[in-house]
Amino acid sequence: MAIFLTKDSKVLVQGMTGAEGARHTARMLAAGTEIVAGVTPGKGGRSVDFGERALPVFGSVAEATAATGAEVSVVFVPPRFTRDAVEEAVDAGVALCVVITEGVPVHDTIRFVARARASGTTRIIGPNCPGLISPGQSSAGIIPADITTAGRIGLVSKSGTLTYQLMYELRDVGFSTAVGIGGDPVIGTTHIDALEAFQADPGTEAIVMIGEIGGDAEERAAAYIEEHVTKPVVAYVAGFTAPEGKTMGHAGAIVSGSAGTAQAKKEALEKVGVRVGKTPSETARLMRALLGGSGRGGV
Amino acid sequence: MDLFEYQAKELFARHGVPVPRGRVASTPEEARAVAAELRTPTVIKAQVKTGGRGKAGGVRPAPGPASAEVEAARVLGMDIKGLTALTVLVEQATVPLEEYYAAYLVDRAGGAFIAIVSAEGGMDIEEVAATRPDALVTTPVDPAVGMDGRSARLLASRAGLPADVQDAVADVLVRLWRVLVEEDALLVEVNPLAVTPDGRVLALDGKVTLDDNAAFRHGHDAFAEVPAAHGAAGLEARAKARGLNYVKLDGEVGVIGNGAGLVMSTLDVVAYAGQSSGGARPANFLDIGGGASAQVMADALEIVLSDPDVRAVLVNVFGGITACDAVAHGIVSALGMLGEHGVRHPIVVRLDGNSAEAGRAVLHAAGHPLVRVVATMDAAAELAASLAAA
Ligand SMILES: Nc1ncnc2c1ncn2[C@@H]1O[C@H](COP(=O)(O)OP(=O)(O)OP(=O)(O)O)[C@@H](O)[C@H]1O
Ligand SMILES: [Mg+2]
Repeated sequence: MAIFLTKDSKVLVQGMTGAEGARHTARMLAAGTEIVAGVTPGKGGRSVDFGERALPVFGSVAEATAATGAEVSVVFVPPRFTRDAVEEAVDAGVALCVVITEGVPVHDTIRFVARARASGTTRIIGPNCPGLISPGQSSAGIIPADITTAGRIGLVSKSGTLTYQLMYELRDVGFSTAVGIGGDPVIGTTHIDALEAFQADPGTEAIVMIGEIGGDAEERAAAYIEEHVTKPVVAYVAGFTAPEGKTMGHAGAIVSGSAGTAQAKKEALEKVGVRVGKTPSETARLMRALLGGSGRGGV
Repeated sequence: MDLFEYQAKELFARHGVPVPRGRVASTPEEARAVAAELRTPTVIKAQVKTGGRGKAGGVRPAPGPASAEVEAARVLGMDIKGLTALTVLVEQATVPLEEYYAAYLVDRAGGAFIAIVSAEGGMDIEEVAATRPDALVTTPVDPAVGMDGRSARLLASRAGLPADVQDAVADVLVRLWRVLVEEDALLVEVNPLAVTPDGRVLALDGKVTLDDNAAFRHGHDAFAEVPAAHGAAGLEARAKARGLNYVKLDGEVGVIGNGAGLVMSTLDVVAYAGQSSGGARPANFLDIGGGASAQVMADALEIVLSDPDVRAVLVNVFGGITACDAVAHGIVSALGMLGEHGVRHPIVVRLDGNSAEAGRAVLHAAGHPLVRVVATMDAAAELAASLAAA
């Protein structure tokens, strides 16, 4: 099992005719994703060749979903067009819209996230995220498929490369789904949303949560875990040595005053019984120990 | 991008938010000239991008041009929370009868903007917020609707503002919302929003943060600070010009990695390693992003190695999409580009993930005398920290 994305999910790619879109469509196909269409305004009626498969391109998401039954959209559209693209997907009623684009204005994100919420049908993941992968089944985004295996750990993270790092360290145990929720200040799917889904997923036995400095999402996740999550959770928080007031790569990763520090997040998580690793490798060790020493132990 | 107060007030004025008359000055003589032009008593205000300037002595009354010159000389060069006042705002002094607080900011938890209004603004707002949070009225703003006159009046009345100023304050709230939306700001804060003896409502202070992601639809370039040519700011400016995400820190281990989270994590692992060997700490944050071409790697190494504090470099790459052998080729040709003069410190490289073995083989084959290849992130950080401390 998995969350948000399974082998049966029919996926369309917004921006498939662009260089990034085409490159990652090929990779997603190789990872087993059932991609059924591309969408690029003004380029409807064409098709794009991916080896033995040619995928049809539609001029709008509504046409693509009507023709193919796609219920997941992955967005590789430049920042200035992202809001329009996402709102189009929301209005067409897709169930999941994964926004990979980096550099989307926050006002635009706030608008499309509000629209998705009001729709009651669309979940947004991102923006500025690597997407999600249910290894062995499907991948929607840019997470490499060959660094890990299918298994019983669920992973949620703001950071792409830290997701890869942990997926790789725990590749022998494997993952049900790994979700990169993105590093922007406003995002569609939060740690809490993913925790809720992992708790409900029979295919997930334990959860890795990766956080970083800035905001209070990890603290809120801790409160949620205390109330609602019975599956074991191991966490990692990046940015213990980050100075106050400097943005560390992610627009959302900034410590202001005593708020948003890694230490505060670690303490909040430990208070509710979550074990927090000091480094990615220690985090992987904690997860192994928790799963009863299965796998090879101590990479 | 955070704006200076005088820049924030420029934006306010463009959207019809009342502000005191005034102008920025960078010398005492200039301050005197501005005061003479204003022909009213003035206040001299340090222009630094932080709050608490009043409490630090950076906001000083100056009744006339002569005292404006004296006070400006005092404030210019002043250090406030580690920031130097390079300019002052010389503006008309007003007698604030009341000081309110008004702000719009991003509520990350709710994924929306919220408005905050209080009748108890002024220099002690932090304390009010900490001890009597009820004195701050907070409300989410529906982005599709915005802040209209009715909601603004309701907000002013909920905050307990006197009935006779509610309309004027509501008008300011509506205009500040326009500043937020039309300028793509992430924060618009006015503290204090003052009521003058003649009953006008005036923004006496302004803090605005603009969204850099929205720069493409604005002409905000004029607000950008002229990058300093030297020191930390110089390195950061040079990195930015080459599209690299670089933050100068104060340690000795230069860090280069791919992906913001992994680099942040690398800084931590280096700092832990330093604690047990010689006290070395990370010298910088540098995220080279997805593709690590030879040119990007050369730029990154060049920036990090030109930091005089750096004694060793750690390159930490996890090959996800990027294959590590491509990264390794990038490193080898970067070292070639930089030459012997450019590379004088040891470089520890950790490659893992996609094609890591091939990548390590490329580095071994190149056999650069200063490059050390280490298999794990922890071991690489330990080696880099101990080399930097040696
Ligand atoms: N033009 C002015 N005329 C009269 N008084 C002023 C004027 N500007 C500021 N003041 C007074 O000085 C105080 C401090 O100024 P201001 O709020 O601009 O700076 P600050 O101390 O950095 O603010 P904060 O701590 O809120 O960031 C104000 O609360 C106000 O009482
Ligand atoms: Mg103030």
